[in-house]
Amino acid sequence: MATDAQVLDPARRSRLLTALYIAQEQEGYLSPQALKRVAERLDLPEAEVFSTASFYTLFRAEPVGQYVIQVCTGLSCYLADGAERLVDYLERKLGVGAGETTSDGMFTLETVQCLASCGTAPAMRVNDELYENLTTEKVDMLIDQLRERAERWAAFNRS
Amino acid sequence: MGSFQPILTRNVGVPNSERIAVYLERGGYTALRKALKTPPDELIALVKDSGLRGRGGAGFPAGLKWGFMPKEPVTKYVCVNMDEGEPGTFKDRLLVEHDPHSIIEGAIIAAYAVGARRAFVYIRGEFFLGVKRWIKAIDEAYAHGFLGEDILGSGFDLDLSVHRGAGAYICGEETALINSLEGKRGEPRMKPPYPAQVGLWDEPTLVHNVETLANVPHIVNNGADWYRSIGTERSAGPKLFCISGHVRRPGNYELPLGTPLRTIIEEHAGGMRGARPLKAVIPGGASTPMLTPEHLDIPMDFESLVEAGSMLGTGAIVVMEEGTCMVEVARRLMDFFAHESCGQCTPCRVGTRHLRDVLTRIVQGKGKPDDMDLLESICAGIVGHTLCPMGDAAVNPVLSSLKHFRDEYEHHIQYKRCKEA
Repeated sequence: MATDAQVLDPARRSRLLTALYIAQEQEGYLSPQALKRVAERLDLPEAEVFSTASFYTLFRAEPVGQYVIQVCTGLSCYLADGAERLVDYLERKLGVGAGETTSDGMFTLETVQCLASCGTAPAMRVNDELYENLTTEKVDMLIDQLRERAERWAAFNRS
Repeated sequence: MGSFQPILTRNVGVPNSERIAVYLERGGYTALRKALKTPPDELIALVKDSGLRGRGGAGFPAGLKWGFMPKEPVTKYVCVNMDEGEPGTFKDRLLVEHDPHSIIEGAIIAAYAVGARRAFVYIRGEFFLGVKRWIKAIDEAYAHGFLGEDILGSGFDLDLSVHRGAGAYICGEETALINSLEGKRGEPRMKPPYPAQVGLWDEPTLVHNVETLANVPHIVNNGADWYRSIGTERSAGPKLFCISGHVRRPGNYELPLGTPLRTIIEEHAGGMRGARPLKAVIPGGASTPMLTPEHLDIPMDFESLVEAGSMLGTGAIVVMEEGTCMVEVARRLMDFFAHESCGQCTPCRVGTRHLRDVLTRIVQGKGKPDDMDLLESICAGIVGHTLCPMGDAAVNPVLSSLKHFRDEYEHHIQYKRCKEA
């Protein structure tokens, strides 16, 4: 049976991914300052923290919009005739290309491959929510809802 | 086949199936009670006798894996691999979201059998609903005394917690998963030593796919003979087949291993979505070589698919109709592998990118006369020259499409456009 002391040391390092998630929640991305703070809190070399963060695509080194839209362009979504159509549609609707953020900072559009929604293609994620069996009508409704939600949130913060 | 009753997905579709009350009502955790009264050696023998093989893609016999764990009372770990990310695959997500307790029950039994007191769930970072449901499910299991100290008065202790991945396909490979759990870059380790000897924090570790563990409670409840009565002689048990692409009813279908591919496509998935006939099938996820209509009568089991020059993989069937550009299919899959190569081994890191670039220029009508030879030579440079199986897997879409659809590549290169367009 391992004692607490034996478990504690490796366990500290194993908290790194969780710590990076928490840090990323603050600003939506991992700024150099945030990485530095994580390194200090976990008593790890900054280079180790940066190296690990850079390995994983869900950790971001650049600021993103309030809502990050990730459209799946994997094989099954492509075969469902949805992937390309959806990306084109969102590019036109939001006025940005894949990998870009709208000028109001509301939306970042990205393409990804495979969200394990191949049977309900086409699919996309918005922040942590998954949306499946998408049509342009559904996308319209969703974007409207997100804009509304953001406005309500901004109004709440002003009050 | 019509008489087959779902085993692994029996709770899917039942309201609130992710809650412990529903799971208990439907007979859940009875296998755990039975297992905790059985000597660990007998459980290992039972799983060996059942013929259960890993459902994550490699098909390794689960009982052998349990048997490789040292018998001595040293620190050991169990990891549940919930990092489903192989394009075409969406079977684990179904169980993760709709029946977490069957996986927890399987994991507790496995931990008891190999003598581990600490277990971890490594869940794909994108599975946010899954993370939420798992935190709740584990809390419920603790509250009912299925986790924690002295489980059901057996004297066996086990702690289980969720660890969220962060977007890296390679972390589905067991040693990469272990590195990621340790808070490191998810790069695979050299094998041997295998995780059963040197795993998480260098201690013996048993890593199992979600679907593999979901089988365990049923084997404990119903016995090895019952389990072997499902499927084929060497591929026992039920399997989740997730089917997508150009079929009428894409989705998850649980069927005995050995069910013919044609039955799955035509009877369960409703056949082709339109008038166009079937052109190609990927039988087991992005990394398995594609097959053609002549293979439709193949039984979907580990041996038959290898005989046909492919693999069962994850059981993720991607169906493509006539009119699909196979060079574009290969390019798209290679785009995935090039993005997901961890970068550790040069042949995989450079080779997958090179393959993607050559495939892209062929699709764009800029292919060169010797590009097909070039593709084959890059593939030869990758196969067998990487630490983990991803290098070998990545070349499959290219080599199999070249094998079956060489004329399409030739047409693309010669006429600078798609034959299918």
